[in-house]
Amino acid sequence: VTPAAAGGEAVVVVGASWGGLHAVSTILRGLAADHRAPLVLVQHRSREAEGLLARLLQDVTALEVCEVDDKQAVLPGHVYVAPPDYHLLVEAGEEGPHFTLSTDGPVRYSRPSIDVTMVSAAEAYGPRALAVVCTGANDDGARGARRVVDRGGAALVQDPATAEVRTMPEAACRLLAGAPRPRWDVAPLDQLGARISRAARAVLRGEAGVRGAAA
Amino acid sequence: VVVPLNGRLAGTPGGAEGAGADGGERAGGGEAPPPAAPGPFVERRTTPRLGSDTGLPAAPATYDPALERVEVDLLLEGVYRHYGFDFRGYAYASLRRRIWKRIHAEGLASVSALQAQVLHDATALERLLDDLSVNVTAMFRDPAFWAAFRARVVPVLRTYPFFRIWHAGCSTGEEVYAMAILLEEEGLYDRARVYATDMNERVLRRARTGIFPLERMKEYTENYLRAGGAAEFSGYYTAGYDGARFNPALLRNVVFAQHNLVTDRSFSEFNAILCRNVLIYFDKALQARVHRLCYDSLATFGVLALGSRETLRFSTHEECFEPLAPAERIYRKVR
Repeated sequence: VTPAAAGGEAVVVVGASWGGLHAVSTILRGLAADHRAPLVLVQHRSREAEGLLARLLQDVTALEVCEVDDKQAVLPGHVYVAPPDYHLLVEAGEEGPHFTLSTDGPVRYSRPSIDVTMVSAAEAYGPRALAVVCTGANDDGARGARRVVDRGGAALVQDPATAEVRTMPEAACRLLAGAPRPRWDVAPLDQLGARISRAARAVLRGEAGVRGAAA
Repeated sequence: VVVPLNGRLAGTPGGAEGAGADGGERAGGGEAPPPAAPGPFVERRTTPRLGSDTGLPAAPATYDPALERVEVDLLLEGVYRHYGFDFRGYAYASLRRRIWKRIHAEGLASVSALQAQVLHDATALERLLDDLSVNVTAMFRDPAFWAAFRARVVPVLRTYPFFRIWHAGCSTGEEVYAMAILLEEEGLYDRARVYATDMNERVLRRARTGIFPLERMKEYTENYLRAGGAAEFSGYYTAGYDGARFNPALLRNVVFAQHNLVTDRSFSEFNAILCRNVLIYFDKALQARVHRLCYDSLATFGVLALGSRETLRFSTHEECFEPLAPAERIYRKVR
């Protein structure tokens, strides 16, 4: 069955828009010291922003940060940054999971679209996908996070009270509201990184969800 | 010279201009005027979009992914055997997204239903073909690439009394016009022959018109200036009711022709090949085939230009090229 083809690894897709640099830096600093699950970052930004974001994030994490090239393998120990002006999709290839880029039109004004990446992760990883929706001034990521949960994965949403702009996490909460707990949860920014690492470990143990209990 | 495509679409009546029928993913507004006589197929474009969510084309959450894969394989096999278009080596994640976009637009609910529709109705195949093959681009997309082309490739081209350039997968022609403008400004255009090919005959027709959406001119002008353009960009087109109409003289050394990278062979020897953001839609095996095709089609020291996030790094032909402008993904054939 297709989702199994992605192997035993978990994948974490983090979506962020307005205020994202601070949020994502905080998340990376908060990851567990032994965190290995690949983290895919979809951050809305201008077409010209190439390269800078990855360099800034490399300063705050020991994981290897890179901007994605087409057909690049998805490997543990990496933070993958979606390149500007492309959609970023993950797929479960026969030789292991890898990325595919697309220049299909913007989805509701966004390219990269957080929804597009999260939907592809839901399809390729099934229960081993974790969606994280952070600060932003639109509703991108809500439908993608819901799709991840509907496909057996889990979602974490930045507590809107701790978000620079609360629109995006609030939209995600609205769309996730009907989904069963503990498949999704809300967490303040300063705890998100630790929660991500814990959820990724739970995935590897075959547990579903994002229970809040202390590690 | 060009090997014609083995598809059967060329004579389809009415043309059923499917581009733009998808609710705005493509730049709308200034497309080529539709074929003069609306045929009996035009009405079909008003198909209701049941359950469509065009912003997020995907299978319903309850759809079995393993079954979906089987159905997609059958659809592609059917399209290949009946019409000759081969999408079997396309990257699955983006292919599936485009297929579901078409399923929603046709008001259908499964891949199998789309297969039946497409196999029994050639106009439905045309609409699917547009979804699967029209690549959205912009004039001087990635200005850094065009600046590097001016700085690193133009001096090489200047050493030739005559040279050939191939735009492989030129879609609606934005980059072809950009190239013509660049070569004109460098005083090299009359030494050049530019071959612009695509598998989709209808996008080539649009490319030949030289009409592009007016609302994109601001973006194109900014790109042009950042790419090192020194003239007045608006001097290259006239604004009309149907869009920005580019100076037809820019096409004087351009040959548009149908060519399918998946099924057709090399047709000439080129000094530069641009194949940008075309291979991202292919899986690794098909990419390797096209890398080979490009290699076979390049003269020694010929230049291969890929999209800004495409690479030869995972390619079997990496050894045959050296980077000329690595950050901009411009390579040169050295052996």
